[in-house]
Amino acid sequence: MLKDRNLIAPSDFSLEELDEVLSLAERIVQDPSAYAEACKGKILASLFYEPSTRTKFSFDAAMLRLGGSTLGFSDPNTSSTAKGETVADSARTVSQYADVIVVRHPKEGTAKLMSRYAECPVINAGDGGHHHPTQTLTDLLTMRHYKGGFDGLTVGVCGDLKFGRTIHSLVTCLARYQNVRFLFISPEELSMPAFVIEELRAKGVPFAETDDLEASISQLDVLYMSRVQRERFISEEEYLRLKDYFILTADKMALAKPDMIVMHPLPRVNEIATEVDKDPRAAYFAQVKFGMYVRMALIMKLLGIEEPQA
Amino acid sequence: MINVSKLKEGIVIDHIRAGHGYKIFQQLGLDKLDDVVVLMRNVDSTKMGHKDLIKIETHLDLNFDVLGLIDPDVTISYIKEGVRVNKIKLSPPEKVTGILTCKNPRCITNQEHIGDVTFYLVDPETNQYACEYCDVRTSL
Repeated sequence: MLKDRNLIAPSDFSLEELDEVLSLAERIVQDPSAYAEACKGKILASLFYEPSTRTKFSFDAAMLRLGGSTLGFSDPNTSSTAKGETVADSARTVSQYADVIVVRHPKEGTAKLMSRYAECPVINAGDGGHHHPTQTLTDLLTMRHYKGGFDGLTVGVCGDLKFGRTIHSLVTCLARYQNVRFLFISPEELSMPAFVIEELRAKGVPFAETDDLEASISQLDVLYMSRVQRERFISEEEYLRLKDYFILTADKMALAKPDMIVMHPLPRVNEIATEVDKDPRAAYFAQVKFGMYVRMALIMKLLGIEEPQA
Repeated sequence: MINVSKLKEGIVIDHIRAGHGYKIFQQLGLDKLDDVVVLMRNVDSTKMGHKDLIKIETHLDLNFDVLGLIDPDVTISYIKEGVRVNKIKLSPPEKVTGILTCKNPRCITNQEHIGDVTFYLVDPETNQYACEYCDVRTSL
């Protein structure tokens, strides 16, 4: 039962609960208009203490497409925080107005703190470098939609594996499913951190590491590309050296399976050449749409909304 | 060699790893007691080489969580009329609340000054605890 629960970390939900959300999202994908009034009269508050246009739009669009309303801010200077209000008090106050709270904050653990004080469900839309669980839900729905499930998949993860928060969450979440294999493709300087590797080893999940995308792309069912983030580097020189280490081109795509899909959490910089966009295997823009659908499903589940009768 | 007389009533905290005695003394607030308290440092020990030792000449409720956090290998003996009546061996607590503070400067608990943060034991070997909010590991 997901009604009145919070979503702070991807591991908060069991595999059965994840399946519940993803299955509803799939039904929404099939017929979005059937859900157009599912959340009529409900209010979602989006509290964005740091800018994130994409995630805020996705949540707002999700609630609006469910027939609900939204309120909130995307600049903390326009909120009571500027007057010195604590996060705990903001949670108490906003939950008097709203039915569900979505929060993004630069400090780690903020969503969890809010969930302790709010009188309605809280969804973590990113707390610093810690968790961003709805990105993981987005990635899972995209994979499930195109590949029919996770069983037997070989998932290649390419780019900045060291600092990529979304990648760590996705890999540790996928590792909970049976029979998933990973290929980590990165320069040594940006390889997967020890805590992820240790977790995979402890669970006996098969994985391999390489720095050669071209040689490994033919094995993959899913290629998850990621951006090398400038803000993570102390040295500009180091960033410039690594930022274009992997560029996915049409030539490389020619070596991949005909049904492999390419995913990316976006925004991209140079790591996927624009010529790949027209390849039917490029799933990264559709992924954005799946992000909205899975957020619709999540909101409905946390609010305990019954599915509309056909 | 300094000699401290045998305790008739009170508590002996023994087998403290050398150097940890003062930390335990501070964390248990023993400086606030009006009773006799002795902290001995770098005492010869056949098992440990050197150890610290605390003798408290009264009966009080010790915070075992604090002791387990700092040094889970200590032994606690309760003395009555010069005889040891109870001996307790500690283990690191599975979770502690309100004792540790998070060392992660990016953690919300350091911005909001939350006092009752719970930490969960994640590595008994190194006595490492993870903050319930940001998951960053810390120890006392």
